[in-house]
Amino acid sequence: MTENFEQLRWQLRQDAVDIIVAGGGGHIGGDMSVTDALMLLYGKIMNVGPDKLEDPDRDRFLLSKGHAMEAYYAVLCHYGYLDLADVKARFSKFRSPYIGHPNNKLPGIEMNSGSLGHGLPVGVGMALAAKMDGRAYRTYVVMGDGELAEGSIWEAAMAGATYGLDNLCAVIDRNHLQISGNTEDVMHADSQEERWAAFGWHTVCVNGNDLAALEAAFAEAAATKSRPTAIIMDTVKGLGSPVMENKAGWHHHLPNDEEYAQITADLTAHAEAAAAGEAFVPELDFAVERAGATAPVAALAGRAGAAAPAPAADRPVNPASKED
Amino acid sequence: MAKTKANKQVICEVLMEAAEAGDRDVVVVCSDSRGSASMTPFFDTYPEQAVEAGIAEQNAVGMAAGLAACGKKPWVASPACFLTTRSYEQTKVDCAYSRTNVKLLGISGGVSYGALGMSHHSAQDIAAMAAISGMRVYLPSDEWQTEKLARALMADEQCAYIRVGRNAVADVYAADSCPFEMDRATWLREGSDVALIACGEMVRPALDAAETLAAEGIEAAVLDMYCVKPLDADAVVRAAQGARAVVTVEEAAPTGGLGSMVAQVLGARCPRPLTCLSLPDAPVVTGTSPEVFAHYGLDAAGIAKAARETLARG
Repeated sequence: MTENFEQLRWQLRQDAVDIIVAGGGGHIGGDMSVTDALMLLYGKIMNVGPDKLEDPDRDRFLLSKGHAMEAYYAVLCHYGYLDLADVKARFSKFRSPYIGHPNNKLPGIEMNSGSLGHGLPVGVGMALAAKMDGRAYRTYVVMGDGELAEGSIWEAAMAGATYGLDNLCAVIDRNHLQISGNTEDVMHADSQEERWAAFGWHTVCVNGNDLAALEAAFAEAAATKSRPTAIIMDTVKGLGSPVMENKAGWHHHLPNDEEYAQITADLTAHAEAAAAGEAFVPELDFAVERAGATAPVAALAGRAGAAAPAPAADRPVNPASKED
Repeated sequence: MAKTKANKQVICEVLMEAAEAGDRDVVVVCSDSRGSASMTPFFDTYPEQAVEAGIAEQNAVGMAAGLAACGKKPWVASPACFLTTRSYEQTKVDCAYSRTNVKLLGISGGVSYGALGMSHHSAQDIAAMAAISGMRVYLPSDEWQTEKLARALMADEQCAYIRVGRNAVADVYAADSCPFEMDRATWLREGSDVALIACGEMVRPALDAAETLAAEGIEAAVLDMYCVKPLDADAVVRAAQGARAVVTVEEAAPTGGLGSMVAQVLGARCPRPLTCLSLPDAPVVTGTSPEVFAHYGLDAAGIAKAARETLARG
């Protein structure tokens, strides 16, 4: 039976939200932006399955942005690694194995994570091992855009290119927000295509919440030889309901009853539209451009009598997140 | 004749022997450190099993964890000072927490780099690594014990930290006489007055101190506690029960290392007057290892002096 991914993507989001509500909190915003990529990887792209846990030729997956664990739970449950009712019943509870970050004592999870900046170095090692052993498996590493401030990622980026790891694919969930606000206000994360290309990677820029485009990006990565691929996915943080979309405050948030009801209604509406045959592609509007130094430095420059760049408040900001 | 083979060279030989025997999974990862780690022969002979990380210790350890997760048996050979603290979180999360078979070889540990200064000293590595749940810590004393330890570690599948010095060190054992049991201290001497418990390069001077003391009529037991973690607590208790005082000796900071661990065991199971000899909680003076050791009483004379004083306290 062919899976209706357009419908499934909303059900998985609902499952993730339900897990969060059951556990009393979770990284809801980043769960919602990355759900589509996780779903496609496990449902269509990767050679994995609960029957292949020890298969040496299985593709390797690392959720480097490990805090998006509730979306990952939803996907692992749907594909038969875990039981959704059990996860909901015990997520974040005393002595539960279902913690807020990947735990490799659970089936299907290769490595523990939670510390940002760790996935790509480990992924480089996994891809190197495949080359050494002459195995055809591929390694996928999903990272957040705020996470890209970790220097270890760029160490690994150098190594991945140095070793020509065309069996390695970095997937960047570029939702333009992190816990403190816009990525550009925290630490510039613009020009990702140029950055990865300069490090020697093949790059693909894609709307990460457009399933057809995302699937094509994975195919392009798999077809690229002699160098690793970075898929830079622009995504909508909190995708699925205006209650939480593009709001940094929903990075880690527990919906109240009213919010939960609205989110559920919105996700249900999405699922019903999908069942009717609609493919949903969100509009992306990330107007934030690098406008010079960040606020404190701009302030210091002004204090020293130098011509200060425009203060942060005068810069264009992502309209959708302004209300935060 | 003065020794010329450093312990790190012995480890390279053990790894090359495994590769020579057809082990395609043994991998050496270096951080622009293949020469200083004495791993150049491995890199030259088995380039397909050697990984250069460049000067990037976090990535070196992370890559090693990925290699290990896919069945490889990586040894990361890098200066102890950088390997243990620059990549501390990778060690904690990717090696210990994720339970990957990564062997971390800290070369030129302690004050091996002498005059290069505090940035290059690794006085904190024992405490730092021992504080990680699931990480083992070994400081072999001479080339013969290093060989036995390396072979034992090649045969197991857990992560470990091994610290060796930069230069060749005097023998404690001999080619045909090196008793070794994994995670059990080696008894070098029995003695009913004072127990000397040492690790790494401090074992040889502890043994020499015991001979000095014997000439004065003081009988010292000497324990080679190469397995700092898991500490052989039973051996500590047995040594203390058989003596009136205990002295620990380590080339490390005074907090959280061998002395601290021995003190925990003694306090709980067999209290005795105790002196913990170590480097100071301060930047170390400039000099070669022997000069620095002598300055801080980490030589045979200093150990014997500490033994006398500790006995006098009892």
